[in-house]
This record gives sequence, structure tokens and C-alpha cells, in this order.
Amino acid sequence: MLSADEWTILALSLRVGAVAMAAALPPAFALAWLLARVRFPGKVLVDALVHLPLVVPPVVTGWLLLLAFAPAGPVGSLLQHWFGISVLFRWTGAAIAAAIMALPLMVRAMRLSIEAVDAGLENAARTLGAGPWRVFWTLTLPLSLPGVLAGAVLGFARSIGEFGATITFVSNVPGETQTLPLAIYSALQQPGAEATVWRLSGIAVAVSFAALLASEWLTRRVRRGLHGV
Amino acid sequence: MAFEIQVAKRLGEAEIALDCVAGDGLTMLFGPSGTGKTSVLNMVAGLLRPDRGRISVAGRVLFDAATGVDVPPQHRRAGYVFQDPRLFPHRRVRANLLYGARDERALPATVAMLGIGHLLDRWPRTLSGGEARRVAIGRALLSDPAFLLLDEPLSSLDRPRRAEIMDALLRVRDEARLPMLMVTHDPEEAERLATRVVTL
Repeated sequence: MLSADEWTILALSLRVGAVAMAAALPPAFALAWLLARVRFPGKVLVDALVHLPLVVPPVVTGWLLLLAFAPAGPVGSLLQHWFGISVLFRWTGAAIAAAIMALPLMVRAMRLSIEAVDAGLENAARTLGAGPWRVFWTLTLPLSLPGVLAGAVLGFARSIGEFGATITFVSNVPGETQTLPLAIYSALQQPGAEATVWRLSGIAVAVSFAALLASEWLTRRVRRGLHGV
Repeated sequence: MAFEIQVAKRLGEAEIALDCVAGDGLTMLFGPSGTGKTSVLNMVAGLLRPDRGRISVAGRVLFDAATGVDVPPQHRRAGYVFQDPRLFPHRRVRANLLYGARDERALPATVAMLGIGHLLDRWPRTLSGGEARRVAIGRALLSDPAFLLLDEPLSSLDRPRRAEIMDALLRVRDEARLPMLMVTHDPEEAERLATRVVTL
């Protein structure tokens, strides 16, 4: 079975992944809906900005986060001033890095599923007297739900695998910011720790696999609920 | 007048223009495919914005480019039966029928008139084309519309189904007494149902 250290690493990874996913979910869905359904000036720019973390080297993203959240940085100074907290070298910082890195993937999956909702159905609802909110709650959201859930699980898996931005932003602190990939990286630096690498890698594969299965199961369940299959 | 429609709209290469005044009963918009009949219905429903013109139905101005009036679709009280039934796939027939209903007590009478009582607990994807069409008509009627828009409600149905829907429409025309604007490209349909025909 897992050692105490391995449990710590796994628990921390799951916590970072879950918090990152939960934090990214509302903005990801809002952005996905905006990009799928609304025409506005500067849309290309917003689209590009959302996708930036996907293409910029993660180290750069981590460094920019470090600048922003440093005690003198624009976000860090506000957090310090209002709440007296800092996310540097903390697991919360790891979750922020993971959320930013997961956002583009989540937006992509959700946008596709929102675009797949037949606009004709939404128009039919409008002629039946439904305002924008009712159309959203009764049609857009439930019909895109499988894709939204799939996007969320994808974000979770991506968060657990985050490496570059995390290690640059909040470093590699055992028990605080050392998630699975960071622990594997540390073990690789030590001579004779191949067994640890094997075990941690096995855990990482198992967690990712479980996330994919959960996503598939959720999607099917939602589809069944939606169409009474 | 039930319908007073003077609109123009450029869609790509095509210029859609209509100027007609029609009284009560069923007004048929007749013309070959691609002349913008559906676009006219969409403009009356508020789903497509005309470039210029004015739309007034049953004495209420729904759109007027000159005065800037543009009532949003959810406030136009249009009972719109689209060419495809557009039933909500995640709701059973009963919930589809009641989606826009102002008064649920009207359900039994509408259901009886359209003969869809046995379908209430079914899912839309299990309905035949004719059944789905009748449910779509019922859903539009139950939203307590001020007028009806019908886009080729008889298309892609076999002969017995066509007769069935046509009977239902005649009953709606005579019982509900709503002004109706219907699109068709079938002269026989226009002949049989229309109070008057407007050719586009």
C-alpha cells in the first residue's frame, strides 16, 4: 500500500485538482458561453487570451503569476492588504496555477458543447415567452451539461498533471506544493529512487484513468437523464 | 387588419421584400423555395430584424424602423410552429406542451383537439413526424398566442398524416379564431386552407 508520504502527495494533488477545477468552472463556463453565443468587438482577442496558457511556455505563465502574486505585485499586494494572506509557496498558489493552465481546455470543451445546442430550440423557447435567463436555465445549460461535465473532469486531470507553472510559481515544497508530477521530478533527481518514481507514476496514471472513467460515466448518466434513453 | 407587414431585408445576395395587409383567418404566404417566406415569418416572430419597414399584428406594432419599436420575441405572443418541430429533447411531451403555457387548465382541451393525449408521457425522440408536428402545434397554441405563424406544417409527412394535420389546422382556424400566417410552396394546400393567398 501507499506510504504516509505518498498519501500526502496524493491527497495534496487531489485537493489542488479539485479546488482548481471548482475555481475555474464558473469563469470557464461564462467564457465558453460568451464565445459560443455572443458577438462582440474584440472577441478574437478574448479567444486568444483564453488560449494563451495553452501555448505559452508554462514556465512563463508561472513567472508571470509570481510577479502578479508577489507581496509587491498587483494581486499579491491586494491579497495582503485585504485578507493578510499570501499564496506564495502555498497549495492555494498551486491551485491557482493549475486553474489558469486548465482554463483553456475547459473553455474549449464547454464551448463545443454549447455550440452544439441547437439555436433553433432556443429561438422556439423565445417565441414561447422565455426571456434570456429562462432560455439559459431550461435549455442551454441542461443540453450542454454533458460537455460541461466532461470539460470539468478534463480540467481536473490537467490540474493534477500541472508541472511547469506550478514549480515556477510556488516552488516544490513537500507537503505544501509538491503534487504528483513535482514529487516524481524530485525523485528523478535522487540517485536510486527509481522505485519511488515507478510507484508515483503508477498513482498518476491510476488517478488520470479514474478521472476519464468518471467523466465517461457522468456523461452517460446525464445523457440518460436528458433524453430518457 | 390582422397582419400589416411592410418589410425589406437583405440576406446575402437576396433581397426579401413584402408589403401586405391581411384580415382575419388564414393568410397563406405562397411561393417557390428560396423567396424568403421563412425569413418573413422570422421577422414577424422577432427572430430576424428587418432592415426597414413596419410590422403590426392584430393592432399591435411589433416592429417599426421609423420609431425604433422592436418588441423582443418573448413579448410578441407569436405562436410559431417551425418547419422542424423543435421539441425540447430533454423534456417529455407534457413538459414541452406546458413550456410556454400561461394557463395549465387549457391543456386538456388542446390535447383533445389535436388528439395527442396518449403521447403526454413520451419523450420527443420517440414520436413520429406527424405526432411531433401536432405536439409542436399544441405547444404554440398553449402559449396563449395573439397570432399563429406556421412554416410548412404539412411538409415531409405522408398522405394520411397530412390530412390529419390539415384537419387539426382547420379546427384551430375555426375554433381558436387566431389570425394565422402560413407558409407553403404547395398550391393544393394554399387552395384548401387559405382565406387569402399572398404570393411572394
